[in-house]
Amino acid sequence: MDTTNLEESIAQWRTAVMRGRSVDQADADELESHLREQISDLEASGLSTDEAFPIAVRRLGKVDELTAEFAREHGDRMWKQLVTPKPDEGTRLSVPTMLAFAVLAAVLVQVARLAATHSGDPSAELFGDQVAPWFPRNLSFLVLPVLAGYFALVRRIPRTPAIALVAVGAVLALVLNLYPFEIGSSTDQLVWLHLPVALWFVVGAAYAGGDVRSPTKRMDVVRFTGEWAIYYALIALGGAVLMGLTLAILGPIAPEVMDDVFAWVLPSGIAGAVVVAAWLVEAKKSVVENLAPVLTAIFTPLFAVMLVVAAVGYSIPGIREDRAFDRDLLVVFDVLLLVVLGLVVYGISARSSRTAGAMDVIRLIAVVAAIVLDILVLVAMFARVGDLGFTANRVAALGLNLVLLVNLLGTAWFTGLLLARRGTSAQLERWQTGYLPVFAAWLLVVIVVLPPVFAFA
Amino acid sequence: MLLRVNIDKDLVAAMATPLVLAILAEGTSYGYAILKRVRDASAGEVQWTDGMLYPLLHRLERLGYLLTEWGVSDEGRRRRYYRITPAGQAQLADQRRQWETANRTLGGIWGRTVPAMGI
Repeated sequence: MDTTNLEESIAQWRTAVMRGRSVDQADADELESHLREQISDLEASGLSTDEAFPIAVRRLGKVDELTAEFAREHGDRMWKQLVTPKPDEGTRLSVPTMLAFAVLAAVLVQVARLAATHSGDPSAELFGDQVAPWFPRNLSFLVLPVLAGYFALVRRIPRTPAIALVAVGAVLALVLNLYPFEIGSSTDQLVWLHLPVALWFVVGAAYAGGDVRSPTKRMDVVRFTGEWAIYYALIALGGAVLMGLTLAILGPIAPEVMDDVFAWVLPSGIAGAVVVAAWLVEAKKSVVENLAPVLTAIFTPLFAVMLVVAAVGYSIPGIREDRAFDRDLLVVFDVLLLVVLGLVVYGISARSSRTAGAMDVIRLIAVVAAIVLDILVLVAMFARVGDLGFTANRVAALGLNLVLLVNLLGTAWFTGLLLARRGTSAQLERWQTGYLPVFAAWLLVVIVVLPPVFAFA
Repeated sequence: MLLRVNIDKDLVAAMATPLVLAILAEGTSYGYAILKRVRDASAGEVQWTDGMLYPLLHRLERLGYLLTEWGVSDEGRRRRYYRITPAGQAQLADQRRQWETANRTLGGIWGRTVPAMGI
């Protein structure tokens, strides 16, 4: 074997090692360097290159065993890759099962809609219909538990966690429907906003197969949430095109049926797509590269720039007018901080290397700017509370900002440690996955505690 | 860890972490040199499939016991060096205590009853 042949053999071997994708470029470099050193040593002891190459390869180990061992350590990489689904999951992840659950969600929403529009109390409005006030509040109860049930079935969730999840859902449902909300009151709206997120935690627990303590499972739930949101947005986009064209084409010939078309198709689609998007994430995670990390990589630097500008802008007293932090702006800031947190969490969940990189610097800049903004917002909120007293909305906003602030401070701290090479990315991940229960607890406070405290006003 | 000679593979797997940490406690090193050190120290009796060392090193890095940096070998090849951290030192000390206890316990019992070299 001459040098060209050896180079060819090594290149072939390298391709084989990287095929399963559990071994990345850097790992392959490391293994190749090992292989070459072994070959040199064998040659030095008198073997020919022809003899040395197969021995060196054999010592490194069978390619499939080697890649399997890498896959065990780097499970996150497998998320993006071709993994053969486990046989039992394969059958349960089938299209008919998914469609059954999607239809179930749609039917539940439609039945509830009919009941709500024909009840004697049409005091709320949804999808252009006058409906009973319990309908919007309970909407997420008609859809997300179906998704949780789907995962409970697919994951063969054990009995104890399954009962716990059902109990949590039942308690929430009881609380919401026994509380005497004033229609359209702040507490009613707060619950309407927070309940889907709280139920999403139930979905996440079912997604994790009931194993809610495992940090890796929690990280998988985070990844799933990001991918789900993207698939859902894509389906919604397609749905909007479909509805728009339907309106444009059928509208002129049958204007009188358009309302019915929208009343039947739109809610069914919105509900069914929740399950379909979840199935797509599961079914396609083995086929396509995850999208959330890609979008995160694109938008983290852009948001970092925007946050720094905003932090500087709002910190300079001259620029800030009296009304700079009015109520609407505070809501906008909350949304901004949540988006930043989302970017940070997905960025962390999709880290490709365990050492610090340029992206961590950008992330730290974004987080520090977000902390500055959050503190400004908190100061403004405390001022409002001082002037105007506590209301349910103000408590909810204040609490959310405090919860976010603590999370961002921790994120900044651990990212800083990572950059100073005094911490590991595992600490950063543990901080984020460990913080999830804090969010869940705060959601429960808003849903269960705030309404009675503020007399359902 | 796959074993070629002598020691049961579960035992090699159990030894792997303290072995690697102990070698790195002697000084910064890289994969191939670590394996050579294992082979020398055990006179060839402890061997594992070379490639399996790397996932272990990456796991120890993830747990914060090791730090890595890329360097260049004398021949100009890219090489990943591993350095033990204070957390790694602490883990090594802990593992050492466990192994000494295991050793003492086993030695206390079969020192009297079981011939070490067969009958």
